[in-house]
Amino acid sequence: MSAPFVPHTEDEIENMLASLGLSSLQELYGAVPAAIRLAGGLDLPDPLSEPDLRERLEALGAANRPVGASLVCFAGAGAYDHEVPAVVRSLASRSEFVTAYTPYQPEVAQGVLQALFEYQTMVARLAGLDVANASLYDGATSLVEAVNLAVAATGCHAVLCSQGVNPHWRAVMSTFARGSGHEIVEVPLLRGVTNWASLDLASGKAGAVVVALPNFLGCLEDLRQARRLAERTGARLVVCFDPVAAGLLRTPGSFGADVVVGEGQPLGTALSFGGPYLGLFACRLGDVRRLPGRLVGETVDTEGRRAYVTTLRAREQDIRRERASSNVCTNQTLMAVTTAIQLGWLGTGGLRQVALRSARAARYARESLLAIDGVEAATDAPVLREFALRLPLRAETAIERLAEEGYLGGVAVNEGYEGTSYAGALLVATTERRTRAEIDGLATSLEKVLR
Amino acid sequence: MTASPGGRALSAPLAGRESEPTLFELSVPGRQASSFRTTSLPEWPAEDLVPGEWLPEAPVELPEVSERDLVAHFTRLSHRQYSVDLGAYPLGSCTMKYNPKLCDEAAGMAAFAGVHPAAPPALAQGWLELLVELEEMLCAVTGMSAATLQPAAGAAGELTGLLLMRAWHDAHHEARRRVIIPDAAHGTNPASVTISGYEVTTVGTTERGDVDLSELRSVLDTDVAGMMLTNPNTLGLFEENIIAVTDAVHEAGALMYYDGANLNAILGVVRPGDMGFDIVHLNLHKTFATPHGGGGPGAGPVAVRTELSPFLPGPRPSLLDDGSYGWTSPPRSIGRVHSWHGNALVLLRAWTYLRLHGPEGLRRVAEVAVLNANWLKEQLRASYDVPYDRPVMHECVVSASSLERDTGLRALDVAKRLLELGFHAPTIYFPHIVHEALMIEPTETESPQTVAALADALAEIAAEARTAGRADAARAAPRTTPVGRLDEARAARNLVATYDQRAGGGDGGGDGAHDSRG
Repeated sequence: MSAPFVPHTEDEIENMLASLGLSSLQELYGAVPAAIRLAGGLDLPDPLSEPDLRERLEALGAANRPVGASLVCFAGAGAYDHEVPAVVRSLASRSEFVTAYTPYQPEVAQGVLQALFEYQTMVARLAGLDVANASLYDGATSLVEAVNLAVAATGCHAVLCSQGVNPHWRAVMSTFARGSGHEIVEVPLLRGVTNWASLDLASGKAGAVVVALPNFLGCLEDLRQARRLAERTGARLVVCFDPVAAGLLRTPGSFGADVVVGEGQPLGTALSFGGPYLGLFACRLGDVRRLPGRLVGETVDTEGRRAYVTTLRAREQDIRRERASSNVCTNQTLMAVTTAIQLGWLGTGGLRQVALRSARAARYARESLLAIDGVEAATDAPVLREFALRLPLRAETAIERLAEEGYLGGVAVNEGYEGTSYAGALLVATTERRTRAEIDGLATSLEKVLR
Repeated sequence: MTASPGGRALSAPLAGRESEPTLFELSVPGRQASSFRTTSLPEWPAEDLVPGEWLPEAPVELPEVSERDLVAHFTRLSHRQYSVDLGAYPLGSCTMKYNPKLCDEAAGMAAFAGVHPAAPPALAQGWLELLVELEEMLCAVTGMSAATLQPAAGAAGELTGLLLMRAWHDAHHEARRRVIIPDAAHGTNPASVTISGYEVTTVGTTERGDVDLSELRSVLDTDVAGMMLTNPNTLGLFEENIIAVTDAVHEAGALMYYDGANLNAILGVVRPGDMGFDIVHLNLHKTFATPHGGGGPGAGPVAVRTELSPFLPGPRPSLLDDGSYGWTSPPRSIGRVHSWHGNALVLLRAWTYLRLHGPEGLRRVAEVAVLNANWLKEQLRASYDVPYDRPVMHECVVSASSLERDTGLRALDVAKRLLELGFHAPTIYFPHIVHEALMIEPTETESPQTVAALADALAEIAAEARTAGRADAARAAPRTTPVGRLDEARAARNLVATYDQRAGGGDGGGDGAHDSRG
């Protein structure tokens, strides 16, 4: 029997049982009908000791290929290989942050609450909006919640969503629309950016207009067009943004976004095979009472000292129950704290450097790869830190062969782009971590793979 | 049993009676901690890379601090934060058990944390094998046959489960509109029901603390899609009529949904599948010891019976015919519910926890959690009311009702005074059907000495309240914590949710004069 974290000795268990008038642990379960009690044990593998389990973990890990010097990462599509320094990893792994619960007792949770307040401030600034919540699960969930907010605020179920929005996020939005009943209209791309003119606006009304900056294919979208459409249809303008790009671009809020959502992973969270990441969510003050998830506000204690507390709690599920506008309870607080630390480490100049260096690497990589025979651009619009290429070979095959050369060469564009000219393209991403030598190496390898 | 002093965290475990300035107030323009790789790339200026219409007039302002100041700031914040590593955290319904360090180490391994989620399966065989194994273990624990690991938390699991319910009825050409939940249910249940497009029908609780079976039968008809139930329920009691409940719901053609919040009580003793549940969500951040992170990340996998597996979200990690691992999509999948594959590093921690335990260890976890809760309840009987007085499962719900009547002291005051005595407070005012509720879940990882010390502290608070001249101690509590009771109404009335919303840009109403930017 292996229950390594149960401290009770057999004597102690016996004593406690005796004081309850019981003689066995089994008797604690008198309320469980005999007919459904598990006869044998659970069908689980035998326990391993810590050292044996570490070996098993190492063996499983050896069957993975993480990114690094032997697999240089040019994959993005919503998950990016940015610098995460020792100081961020060290602070974010402090057990006070890691092993706390939701700050229900603010007197003993000021650490997490203040870190979230700082996080909210920085996310609101990056978005160019008034307020940000304390995070949601991931970028996709933030989009779903943004659309729910927009529909509730406008009373209109129609959602006009650019196909430039991350296809996984669009898929998640469709899944949840089965319950909410939103009518999602996808707006196709032309030359890499949303072709709003293709919309047949019969009804003229919409609840949400959704667009990404930069979009999934890396292109810069003209948000002014999206803004005009939102105004014409009475919709909230929801912008999916890349918080790193915010280091070099005008904020979505300055373009007239009503709700800004994003994937926070690029700001301090490891690739982690896709999670835990965090959903960024910011909105205008006028919509704050529809804000999903937790919100930290500043107040004072009985002695007048500054203090922080979760606020506008009447929005939330545990109070509003079936009338709540969102069911979110647990969010991604630890990742939000991590993001605040990373943004503190970066500072104004650092975030700009990350964006600038990523964009420089993208320019150099795009030019280098387009110089290869048979490689063509899949989009014409300006790009920032990610771009799509057409290869004379299936993108999946190119990625497999590039991996043998030591490069995670990109992500194949397929899901969400079926039947479009972008299907089968190779999406290549760069970060501030990519060097000239690595990009030259990728170009040489791609040339070899295509030969 | 003596309460050794080692049981309490300390009487005043947290440091810092002065406010910590915000990072914005510590900022000095031009200071920078960050540094980057040498890339040898051409240094094109921003204007060459981004067309003018997208270029900002000024960059977004972030705090500018040295690495040393950054470390000091967040370390000081951490000293203003209670945590499981510091002491007992008996929040009912939250299962705040100890989080094993090996699980942290596993999640920190570059071989796992460094894998890109879009990497081809050939580059992630270790991850895929681990996820398939985790799915099998979760099915074994719940008595189900397949699971999705995508949902990022319990509420996400609920929504996923309800969409599976909808897909199931759609496939049978049934348009059912209502979902039944007990009045004692967690708030996420009714919220998830509404968001999934269903209407909530509430059923009451009997005097013994079970679902009111006759009321349930009276609301069951062909319009009911399913019922959501936590068992043990939020009163900490095992539903004695569980078989009658699930039978009645099934007879009406509806499905049974198991809210896994309280699964810790019954590991290896009884499985939701054997009780008659069809859809089960698990909270890996409760039952399987993954840390709560101050409110997430969690993980809320959903396991189902064979008949429901074709509808599961995809893609799913799978063992393929050629012996390798890859992704497959169920034939009638409801689609994705997460950007990628779920909170993978949380899943890895839960896998590690499960592999450390095995079948008997897991059963021991449940038994001792239940033993601790029952033992604690007996100690509290002298000081607090015990509504629904039956043997409990993993947590006990007691009431400060008599205490309030006699002394005016409320559950809230008890909770705040407990903070001073070196424990985190229990969950209070939930479930709503118990007046002045204190919902206490010691978990199996707190020693008998710690549980005894907790019981003593709670008894001490009640005794103190009944002692002439000392009744006000709790009402003034907590005084030894970094801040005292907060003006929560002010926070809501005068919303300051960012530093920029602060009146005057720096006056927090307290000692907010640290703004070095002047």
